[in-house]
Amino acid sequence: MWNYSEAVHDHFLHPHNAGPLADANAVGEVGSLACGDALKLYLKINEQGVIENAGFETFGCASAIASSSVLTDMIKGMTVDEALKLTNKDIAQALGGLPKQKMHCSVMGQEALEAAIRQWKGEPPVPHAHEEGKLVCKCFGVTDAQIIRAIRENNLKTVEEVTNYTKAGGACGECLDEISEILAAELKQKPLAELKPKPRLTNVQRMQQVLKTIDEEIRPQLAADGGDIELVDVDGKRVTVSLRGRCSQCRSSEVTIRNLVERLLREHVEPDIVVQEA
Amino acid sequence: MKTIYLDNNATTAVAPEVLSAMLPYLGQLYGNPSSMHSFGGQVGEAVDTAREQVAALLGASPDEIIFTSCGSESDNTAIWSAIQTQPEKHHLITTRVEHPAVLNVMQYWEREGRHVTYLGVDGKGRLDLDEYAEALSEDTALVSIMFANNEVGDIYPIQKMAEMARERGVLFHTDAVQAVGKTPIDLRQLPVDMLSLSGHKIHAPKGIGVLYARKGMRFRPFLRGGHQERGRRAGTENVPYIVGLGMAAKLAHDFMQEERVKVALLRDKLEAGLLERIPDCMVNGDVENRLPNTSNIAFKNVEGEAILLMLDRLGICASSGSACTSGSLEPSHVLRAMGVPFNYAHGSVRLSLSRYTTEDDVAYVLENFPGVIETLRAISPFKN
Repeated sequence: MWNYSEAVHDHFLHPHNAGPLADANAVGEVGSLACGDALKLYLKINEQGVIENAGFETFGCASAIASSSVLTDMIKGMTVDEALKLTNKDIAQALGGLPKQKMHCSVMGQEALEAAIRQWKGEPPVPHAHEEGKLVCKCFGVTDAQIIRAIRENNLKTVEEVTNYTKAGGACGECLDEISEILAAELKQKPLAELKPKPRLTNVQRMQQVLKTIDEEIRPQLAADGGDIELVDVDGKRVTVSLRGRCSQCRSSEVTIRNLVERLLREHVEPDIVVQEA
Repeated sequence: MKTIYLDNNATTAVAPEVLSAMLPYLGQLYGNPSSMHSFGGQVGEAVDTAREQVAALLGASPDEIIFTSCGSESDNTAIWSAIQTQPEKHHLITTRVEHPAVLNVMQYWEREGRHVTYLGVDGKGRLDLDEYAEALSEDTALVSIMFANNEVGDIYPIQKMAEMARERGVLFHTDAVQAVGKTPIDLRQLPVDMLSLSGHKIHAPKGIGVLYARKGMRFRPFLRGGHQERGRRAGTENVPYIVGLGMAAKLAHDFMQEERVKVALLRDKLEAGLLERIPDCMVNGDVENRLPNTSNIAFKNVEGEAILLMLDRLGICASSGSACTSGSLEPSHVLRAMGVPFNYAHGSVRLSLSRYTTEDDVAYVLENFPGVIETLRAISPFKN
């Protein structure tokens, strides 16, 4: 069972401002039956740009209904400009938090609010889908612009979080790689695929890679200082080496082992390699 | 507030008779059935009796009964054993509507290089026997098909499918976790090689299951170690729970005929009453051929989790195939395999009864359930 806050329970069981507004002059619709949740937000905005009244109709789970309800409470009396500054985080906070898998309910509230205000301003609806973005998740109709926004506004770090906030990738999973790339670009780091643990090495593979790394990466560096290195043994992930040449007399050989040999082997072979001196 | 428990396909109440049968084995009768002394020996006799009780319920022989920790362990073992004893065969057959205890194991073996056929179902959840016949081949190591579906209650043609497998010399396993105790199963007539059952679905506690393995069948244990269960499942016997399951099997055996009729009548009354009182809803599954205790109803344009939480406030326990209840974003794989439209699938609710469900329970639900749907539909943007 979900661990919903008291506020979620209250707003779900006794929703505020439920039902359509007869005199609404702005309506924002997001979601669909196929998605499993949908929100139709009704606003009455006066000539000064103040939201005088709000109403909603929601198809969805308890947190979707509660998000809609609390949103209508929050925006009543706000100017349109103030309302546009609201983020999904504000909605979730007003509910005392939402389970992470339910954060997309708060995003839905924010998107419906924007859609309604765009309509009132005479702008085309759902900007992301048609203008700014490319469709990434076909199951739930989520664009890269929506994903990037969720990442930035909520400081998302993993693909799973992106799915929790936007639903993207939550059905067939075909777009998960694309989400991973978008996330990587946002975080300005290597794509997650490259960060995934490498497949487990066999002993022979490990030994070959250790030798290759020593030959190609480590030995040239030691040679620059007049030293050399010899591989003595590889036992599981424990690598025994012997430093030669000038390195063998060097008092900082321990430092060389840790900072150079072990670091490079960990980087090129396996992250949990341990190096010791014979 | 009283609790109306209509989620018996999830788990059941421990029968009072079962609890009393177990208590001595949690108290003074703590011996190890494998011991040489009579203090352990008397406990061994209780395990033997339980084995006979379970065998009697299934029409099996006691030495074909292997006690396990749960239905999932039984399913894992059945699939494991079939694969290990026939390494030359690379094909497995199952359905798209299996419980995850089989489905995820099949997907695991698929990743390990086996070829798996997932049989589809029609709109009522019925399997296509022609598709099945075509899938069976010399290379098939195992067919694993559930006896009855946990979500919609459909009963599959296991007799026919097991016969077809046997004709082709293919091993057949059935996950009968939902069927045992609710519908007659006689393994003297039914040519399945392995069958899984779970204690907590038939009024025994959680943490005990059975794998039936037909005599003479080649078998490889999943859990290795001691010689318990004739070397087919290591681990000191979970004596109190085995005794409890024996008693639960005895109760099911003694009262099944009577209870099936009683439970089915209440279920039908509940289902017909809801369909009559609530517009735009439909029954999921094959009403002609399903478990007597299960009703899966889809309510158009409302969402299942919201229904469950409102029912919960009324003390009514049910479950849903909606996406939101599971934390996944898609409705149940069973309803999707059946092609239930989205506007119904998200609003599906499963009501599952037991021998302890009463007329009063049904009346209370019929009185209160319609209001829940009405409330939620009033705030839904989709109008019927």
